[in-house]
Amino acid sequence: MLAKLRLLTQKNLIGLITSFILFISIFILPGLLPAALIPALLGFIGLIGFGYLGYKTYLFLKENPEFKPSESTTLIKVSGSVIAIIAGLLFGLLMMLIVNPGQAFQGIVTIVSGGFRSIQAMGNMIYFSVPIILTGLSVAFAFRTGLFNIGATGQLTMGAFTAVFIGVRWGVLGEVSPTLHWIVALLGGAVAGAIWGAIPGLLKAYRNVHEVVATIMLNYVAMYLNTLLITNYIYNSDYARAMDIKTTAATPKWNLDLLFPRSSIGAGIVIALIVVIILHIILNKTTFGYELKSVGFNRDASKYAGMNSKRNLVYSMLISGAVAGLAGALMFLNLGKHLKPVNVLIPEGFTGIAIALLGLTSPIGVLLAGLFYGSLQQGGYFLQLLDYKPEIIDIIIAVIIYASALGLFLQKFVINTLKAREMQLERSKQNEALEGSDDE
Amino acid sequence: MTILSETLDTLYFIVPLIIASTIPLMLVATGALYSEGSGVVNIALEGIMLMGAFVGAVVMKQFEPTGTSTQMIALIGLSIGAITGIVFSFFHAFASINMKANQIISATALNMFAPAFAIFVNRTFSEQGTQRVLLQRNYRIPSVPLLGDIPIIGDLFFKGAYLSTLIGIILFIIVTIILYKTKWGLRLRSCGENPHAADSLGINVYKVRYAGVLVSGALAGMGGVIFVLSFATSFNANVAGFGFLALAVLIFGNWQPKRIFFAALFFAFMRIIANTSAAIPILNQLKLDDTIYRMVPYLATLVVLAIVSKNSAAPRAAGEPYDPGKR
Repeated sequence: MLAKLRLLTQKNLIGLITSFILFISIFILPGLLPAALIPALLGFIGLIGFGYLGYKTYLFLKENPEFKPSESTTLIKVSGSVIAIIAGLLFGLLMMLIVNPGQAFQGIVTIVSGGFRSIQAMGNMIYFSVPIILTGLSVAFAFRTGLFNIGATGQLTMGAFTAVFIGVRWGVLGEVSPTLHWIVALLGGAVAGAIWGAIPGLLKAYRNVHEVVATIMLNYVAMYLNTLLITNYIYNSDYARAMDIKTTAATPKWNLDLLFPRSSIGAGIVIALIVVIILHIILNKTTFGYELKSVGFNRDASKYAGMNSKRNLVYSMLISGAVAGLAGALMFLNLGKHLKPVNVLIPEGFTGIAIALLGLTSPIGVLLAGLFYGSLQQGGYFLQLLDYKPEIIDIIIAVIIYASALGLFLQKFVINTLKAREMQLERSKQNEALEGSDDE
Repeated sequence: MTILSETLDTLYFIVPLIIASTIPLMLVATGALYSEGSGVVNIALEGIMLMGAFVGAVVMKQFEPTGTSTQMIALIGLSIGAITGIVFSFFHAFASINMKANQIISATALNMFAPAFAIFVNRTFSEQGTQRVLLQRNYRIPSVPLLGDIPIIGDLFFKGAYLSTLIGIILFIIVTIILYKTKWGLRLRSCGENPHAADSLGINVYKVRYAGVLVSGALAGMGGVIFVLSFATSFNANVAGFGFLALAVLIFGNWQPKRIFFAALFFAFMRIIANTSAAIPILNQLKLDDTIYRMVPYLATLVVLAIVSKNSAAPRAAGEPYDPGKR
């Protein structure tokens, strides 16, 4: 074990040092430095991060000199997503040209620059992307194990209610230790989401009920149950919403609010990152994850290979639900955010489906797609300064999802284009060689 | 005597409401039956309904200030809704039939697109910048000639009824007959059960599936307009989850028209009870929270699913793209 750890450290020494520097400059330095130096610090963090990524790419290309873009499945899938995004943005541009041609190009620039217009916008982009990333992860995880979890909304709702309930009623925990309270509330949300997710899992495993239908029904049950529970247990009738959570139940800021001044950013993104890493490891590095994926690919074959397909199916939905529940908890464990007893499905759950697909159902892809969505959302916010309504963002996202549903077609297109270019390159090389031989 | 008159009053009050919400549920569920029957799962019904309701309501609003008769406007609205539904569902058909895309994903995209589009367009073009389309006229027929004069039954069914109700019932019957009593209906169902066998007998599976999805689009779009006309009386960028509820109706009705009718009736009944429980003396005494009534249809569907799923009559090939080369 120790030897293994030492080997890993030696192999990734640069990576470890980079993460250490990043950790210090994100969580500790903002508290020590004067406010004027914060933008410089942000630039430094960006430089380190992108520098490391560039170094990694350089290493990869050095180790694989024969790398052909047309044969890398990841690259092709990613370019499929990129084409879908471009298609969505073009459609958005078209809509804006129809509605108000004068400002359309200014509008599309606003949408694309979105979360990068100011440091505050960047912080808000990250804040708003947290629940989206988590619901995206929830859907993506289920998808990788062969299940379509339409019910992230319901699981999120149950998680949100439980977290808020603990946040309002279990103030005793806050007196013991302020950290304990929000952690318990968060875990409560995850557990509630897990239970709500396990129901369709059990129904599928033991009663052969299709999970899409079951989760749709459970979404509505959760929605009404939420209304019922709020009005009966934690109702603030003056404002027609749930009561305020105790301050100890709010998720901490961990200096991130100093790094991104005036924005709502908090610890949520850190928790989301941890979940990304955990799910990535489960899916790609463990036997458990391999079994889950295998059951998703072919239930009968996995059973024949000695896996407990029913149990694995329930576990998949359990984990998926827990992540969605966490999203709900993180959304509402903020001071000033309130659950309301209105019979409306919380839209973040459905956005999660879109993000999971855009992120190619891989945890890291979902993280990037979620941040992209957060940026678009900020773009929509700034768009109101021009003469457009922010709903155009949802239209663009819908078109992106539709375009990525045509994924197979797009991927073929990318492969063919790349192949044609490689052929051309090779031919020109051959020609050069031939010409060279002529000279001699 | 007082109990009797009280009951009658209650009935006069809730029966028209129940009918008003049964019709869109029933029609949209039949639409889903067509789509799934041909082998394409269509959970985009919510979005298609919303789109039909939106375009239908906007067009009807344009006609309201003119001298066109009220029922004529309703007819125009219904046909516009159907056409919109066909156009919008075409995208789902194209993705899931030609492109062999995941049917849930493309439907989710449509479901996201519809409300965003409706709100965006309406807020951009309406004078007050709101997302609501308010209809001014009253589309009820005060009393159907002759039939409205029958005691009790006339009061229950033919006073203050909607033209859309009649059209909905007639359509439901026609569509059911086509699906179960004609050669074409048999072909459609065969494509949902075993497309390869259908193909080997010379049926063009792609064409039949297109027909299935487009018919479901037409019915859902029309259902959206009916929802606006008779249940909501205005368009507010949602159809109150009726599209998803219609899916529940389809499952609860086990893919059979007769049972779909009763399922729609039951779901509509629960919905109306939830909305009016405070005004109904017997229910008011129970003091149950109205959200409980709202929950019942979904819970009932889950329970039914859990009990009967092993011998469900769902089309066997629903949800699978047709690939002629696959065994």
